Amino acid sequence: MGNRPPSGILIVMPAWNEAEAIGDTIRDIRRVEPGMDILVVDDGSRDDTARIAAEAGAVVLRLPFNLGVGGAMRTGFKYAIRHGYSGVIQVDSDGQHMPEEIAKVVRGLETADISIGARFAGKGDYQAKGPRRWAMSLLAMVISRVAGTRLTDVTSGFRAVNQRGLHQYIDHFPAEYLGDTVDSLVVALKSGCTVTQVPVEMRPRQAGTPSQSPWKASIYLARSGLVLCFALARRSTPRDQHAPSTGDIAGEGPVPV
Amino acid sequence: MSVALSLFSSILIVVAVLVMLRNGKLREKYAILWLVIGSLSIVLALFPSMLEFAADAVGVIIPANLLFALAILLLLGVSLHVSRELTILEDETRILAEEVSILRSAVERLSGSNATNVPRDRTDHPMNFDQQRKDQ
Repeated sequence: MGNRPPSGILIVMPAWNEAEAIGDTIRDIRRVEPGMDILVVDDGSRDDTARIAAEAGAVVLRLPFNLGVGGAMRTGFKYAIRHGYSGVIQVDSDGQHMPEEIAKVVRGLETADISIGARFAGKGDYQAKGPRRWAMSLLAMVISRVAGTRLTDVTSGFRAVNQRGLHQYIDHFPAEYLGDTVDSLVVALKSGCTVTQVPVEMRPRQAGTPSQSPWKASIYLARSGLVLCFALARRSTPRDQHAPSTGDIAGEGPVPV
Repeated sequence: MSVALSLFSSILIVVAVLVMLRNGKLREKYAILWLVIGSLSIVLALFPSMLEFAADAVGVIIPANLLFALAILLLLGVSLHVSRELTILEDETRILAEEVSILRSAVERLSGSNATNVPRDRTDHPMNFDQQRKDQ
């Protein structure tokens, strides 16, 4: 512990029952980015995700039960802070995010605290239709206003944060529905973090289909609108956070001596 | 409802709360609320005229309606409080899960950091029923 170069960026991959895809994804990333550490947060999987990930060369954190992407990412952030990493990039474990784009998204941190790899920014051919598309553009529009910069894909999970973003996140990174993308972003912005977006290409999902039925998409629209309202109404958190050391307890305050 | 029956049921509530308190099945901070409710209902059972007086004072025509309205308000408050406590508990559970997973990875690394301990660890896993059956 604590023997990391403090400049390192940690790749965090939340994974839930991803045994099929995760091995290849990790090997892909290690081939393209051999210098970066990979942390897989196994979110209570019932399959061999953890073993396959460990054999592929990643550090694996095993959550005792399913917490959702938000909870898994919080765990990854906590790990990153305790081990002295200077930032985190979140990468999907199903191979949707291309390893070649990691460096590009990380480079976005030179100008901002949070860097989002965006699908609709004129690169790649990702398409969404109907209510889902409306939801995404509505979210993008509102959050762009809050951010003061144009963001086109705020629900993208392909994002990097620096140390300042990490500390903000650990203090407030909601583990609820869409909390890992929309809510966390709004709160980070309200607490004074800056955001930029990097156009990236994404592969179609290797396993599983995104919900494209109009009914599901409408529910998505309604829920994301609600999440957005809650996020905008939330109190902002103060920015001057201290870095917790290894012995710190869960609330990320120092242990009283 | 006769005075005896309502008196009996309110005494039953108070006794139940006290027994649960004694057995450590109820935290004091929740017990106080129920003790207050229980003793109030004992008083009401002993002096039903108090309810009529109160209903008259606040302008409720049928005294029983005042009782129902108060009961609904109280239960609403209690369930809201329980939801709040549940949220706090879930948050605490989540934080514990995060801590456990980080500690577990640290323990695995410290107790022999090679890839071979991963499959062996899998057989120790509580979900691995096959292995446990073999062990027996």
